[in-house]
Amino acid sequence: MPGNPWFSWSYVVDNAPLLWQRTVEHAGLTIEAVAISAAIAVPLGVLISRSRWLSGPVLGAVAVMYTVPSLALFAILAPLLGIGRTPVLVGLVVYALLIILRNTVAGLATVDPAVIDAARGLGYGPARLLVQVAMPSALPSIVAGLRLATVSTVALVTVGVIVGYGGLGQLMFQGFRNNFYRAEIMTATLATILLALVLDLALWAAGRALTPWLRGRTS
Amino acid sequence: MSATTGVVDEALVWLNDPLTWTEPGGVLELTGEHLLMTAAATAAAAALAIPLGAWLGHSGRGAGLVVWLTNASRALPTLGIIFLLAAGGLFGNTATVIAAAFFAVPVLLVNTYEGVRGADPDARDAARGMGMSGGRILLQVELPLATTLVSAGLRTTIVQVVATIPLAALAGGGGLGQIIALGMGTQRYGEVLAGGVLVAALCLAIDAVLAIGQRLATPAPLRAGVR
Repeated sequence: MPGNPWFSWSYVVDNAPLLWQRTVEHAGLTIEAVAISAAIAVPLGVLISRSRWLSGPVLGAVAVMYTVPSLALFAILAPLLGIGRTPVLVGLVVYALLIILRNTVAGLATVDPAVIDAARGLGYGPARLLVQVAMPSALPSIVAGLRLATVSTVALVTVGVIVGYGGLGQLMFQGFRNNFYRAEIMTATLATILLALVLDLALWAAGRALTPWLRGRTS
Repeated sequence: MSATTGVVDEALVWLNDPLTWTEPGGVLELTGEHLLMTAAATAAAAALAIPLGAWLGHSGRGAGLVVWLTNASRALPTLGIIFLLAAGGLFGNTATVIAAAFFAVPVLLVNTYEGVRGADPDARDAARGMGMSGGRILLQVELPLATTLVSAGLRTTIVQVVATIPLAALAGGGGLGQIIALGMGTQRYGEVLAGGVLVAALCLAIDAVLAIGQRLATPAPLRAGVR
């Protein structure tokens, strides 16, 4: 078979608009899924870290959903929600949920009790205690959870190809069906990894900007 | 939502047909194939990752490598790897087993490494004082102490492999994922739904069985809640 190189710059140039479109779809879906997941998981984490009898069942239920393979979850959701973006988005939210929830609970558990005590002694009410004392202490752990969730979500989006919406995964599948078009599969795979790195870096920078008091410490 | 109930009905009818289960290429045969591929991938990953993790943990070398490998493997899209193997001339079940094993290695490696590394330094010191050689310390002291983490790693790995194999159906591989891929291709969404439920059920069942196995494999004094 003549000429089926793994890397081809002319493929990238010729298909730049399509590559860009898929990358934007991929990034948009990832960001939306992680944002929705965080909007559910962080408040839920705050809630369940206050009561022991609630945290066990909630974490258990979320862990069971996490055990279900992504392909199976998409396959179950697609016939019920319709083929396309919605089942992928819902599935991704479910997977990110466990990671963010665990890190929120872990982060809140590491807040120094002496600091809580001191804040209470200064007359902080429960809301102010949460916003001004507990959350800042838990922030590094929550940001770590968001980063982990984002990187896994970027990789998971590609599986969405099974229900017709996989971002860069569409290109991988198209390349596979297109007589093993190596350059297309390779470019899409590398673009997926690159997207994960870029989003991870962005979150790392955001986390650093949000926790100025940690700078200068060695970690 | 009559369309939805239609799909659910189709799935139920399909699942209730005995032929679905027993025909050649039916659910039972696919499940068997799925489990065989899981066993092959897990064995391959364990044969590489457990000795390597134990050695790295024992010698204290390569901590950076282990962490980097774990993080990097998360960003790799499994589907892309499967298609790349296919484009390289490797497809079907062999490629699937290789891809699944590839993703299983970091999990097992990090757990074995952490388990051996985290063995009580006093126990290690006592063993050395008794005149044990490095190899004996690893086999008789550090690895038994690492059982909890290694068996936890094996459980995570096996469940992950069972979950990864269905992806191969997109590249012409076998296992239960075939039902989903075929249903999608022929637009029989009832079968897609049923296939999804079957894969999910297999994963949850295996996780439950392994949870019991993990408890049995853990030496009694190391079990959670004893202390």
